[in-house]
Amino acid sequence: MITLKNLHKSYFTASNSLHVLKGISLDIHQGEFVSVMGSSGSGKSTLLNILGILDSYDKGSYHLDGKLIQNMSEKNAAKYRNETLGFIFQSFNLISFKNAMENVALPLYYQGVSRKKRNVTALEYLDKLGLLEWAEHMPNELSGGQKQRVAIARALISKPKVILADEPTGALDTQTSYEVMEILKEINQEGITIIIVTHEHDIAAMTDKIIKLRDGVIGDLIINGDLASFKKSYAKNVATL
Amino acid sequence: MEVQGEATMFDIDRWKEIISALKKNKLRSFLTAFGVFWGIFMLIIMAGAGKGLENGITDGVGQIATNSFFLWTQRTSEPYKGLRRGRWWSYENEDVDFIRKNVPEADIVTPRLFSGGGGGTSNTVRGERTGSYYIKGDYPEWAKIDPVEVTNGRWLNNVDVMQRRKVCIIGETIFKELFDADEEPIGEYLRINGVYYQIVGVIKPISNININGRTEESIFLPFSTMQIAYNYGNQVHIFGITAKPGHSASTVEEKVMAALKERHKIAPNDVQAIGHINLEKQFKQFSSLFTGIQILTWIVGIGTLLAGVIGVSNIMLVIIKERTQEIGVMRAIGATPRKVIGQIILESVFLTTVAGYLGLFLGVLLLEGFNKILEMAAASGSQDIFIKQPEVNFTVAVACLTILIVSGAIAGYIPARRAVQIKPIDALRDE
Repeated sequence: MITLKNLHKSYFTASNSLHVLKGISLDIHQGEFVSVMGSSGSGKSTLLNILGILDSYDKGSYHLDGKLIQNMSEKNAAKYRNETLGFIFQSFNLISFKNAMENVALPLYYQGVSRKKRNVTALEYLDKLGLLEWAEHMPNELSGGQKQRVAIARALISKPKVILADEPTGALDTQTSYEVMEILKEINQEGITIIIVTHEHDIAAMTDKIIKLRDGVIGDLIINGDLASFKKSYAKNVATL
Repeated sequence: MEVQGEATMFDIDRWKEIISALKKNKLRSFLTAFGVFWGIFMLIIMAGAGKGLENGITDGVGQIATNSFFLWTQRTSEPYKGLRRGRWWSYENEDVDFIRKNVPEADIVTPRLFSGGGGGTSNTVRGERTGSYYIKGDYPEWAKIDPVEVTNGRWLNNVDVMQRRKVCIIGETIFKELFDADEEPIGEYLRINGVYYQIVGVIKPISNININGRTEESIFLPFSTMQIAYNYGNQVHIFGITAKPGHSASTVEEKVMAALKERHKIAPNDVQAIGHINLEKQFKQFSSLFTGIQILTWIVGIGTLLAGVIGVSNIMLVIIKERTQEIGVMRAIGATPRKVIGQIILESVFLTTVAGYLGLFLGVLLLEGFNKILEMAAASGSQDIFIKQPEVNFTVAVACLTILIVSGAIAGYIPARRAVQIKPIDALRDE
């Protein structure tokens, strides 16, 4: 589903340049549930932005669903984002003057789906996430967990192949975090690839593959057996709940 | 999943989007709109006031021939061909044909005799009632230069002049002073300077310009009748002359004056002997005044409007800054740059158009109200109003709206361009 080969990315400011990603090679298959970890400055957000076609890269290659993503026009990038990718953000990023249903329906608006049709679809997804009765509420009338669930519904409505989540639980308390993770797991079981960026070990422990970034390169790739022990050491929190 | 074409301008969702975005920031939307509103409001009011002044003055002038001039005689100021200076002289009937022959550019050449008026002794008698009025001896053509409105009966005709009929046409004031309101003046007789005339018409002036005394206080006799009845011989007091189309009244005036001077043995350099007034010159002065007012109106109006539009652009920039995150989200979930730009431009155009239209509407409403007040004042008989029908013409209004919509689009485009140049990630990080 996602193939990265020797990916480089630098940021340039007026006075100096910052080499953030220093050659990342990575394979993520369809249906995988992956987390990206790393201390701040390790390049995990940058990686996610590149994966989300929200940013460009300097060297290497990025294939998404078999297609090379490179020097894309904004228009094409928008189309790809809309059709292939779903986004979930730490700060939810709901449009504050639209109610839950309208927020969820927004991606379909950009696909040119009629209002009636997309609102019906939006209600279906809200129902799936247990928010049907909150459909008419504005974002500021919702709790953090509810907001993130609205954001998840919005990410799902365009039936993406990959969901990219940037610290999806970063602004939530532990219990709500686990609830959100449960939802993401369910989605993953339906066959959607999920990539989350997190710095919380317990959250990462719930995924199938952990990519640890260190100074712009992949430090550790925890899978299979290693993953089991990783889970063991960090799953305590889950148990004590 | 198939992406359909860009949503059209009349897509209801777009408008819902716009309305909700504007509603969310009521004060900001209001302040933005107010700049534009005020600009166009002022423009309309000023243009209307300028037009009102113009209407007031042109209307006061009425349909008087603007290519006309009037010549009368005064004492000579130069000795010439053995004649002394300070000599009294007058025009003659023969001058009419002389002018027509020698100055073919002259169109209407009509002589007039006049006497009386100006609060002198009463010259007009009807039974017990008397009055002092201006008496004018005219040809029917005079009305082609200075048109009058016949309110009862008729104006002079050629037969009156040919047969030297003892008929008269009276101004409305005279009718009011010498008759009761319900009396029929036509067919009645007036004694004017000892001679009886039958009234055949009542008139009122169209123009505020009076020649030889106020028209509504004038009695018009056939020229020939007046000349015979009061022993004027073949004298003419004043000529009313118009230039033929395509000729300047000033040039024709020069030629006629030169010809008359030669015929009456007046020194060519005698500037006092012929008294004259040229309406063309007067009107030129007025029209340049109006042009000046219009230019000023437009400079100030467009300046104000421009300030409003720049205000909109400025506010849009602020809005974009505030909405960076929102725009980032929009783009992250699939909005193309074109869509984002389109949205912002539409918001801006919507705001300027609504505000502009409101300004236009209220401006016109105010002018209309003002007009009503003026009309009421005019109906109650105020003569000194020099503003009439303040108005803006339709083209100006449409032009204003077009300018607004175009400038609204520009005002939106500049910040919109900026908005899409920001990378979505930067937009999303901006918190």
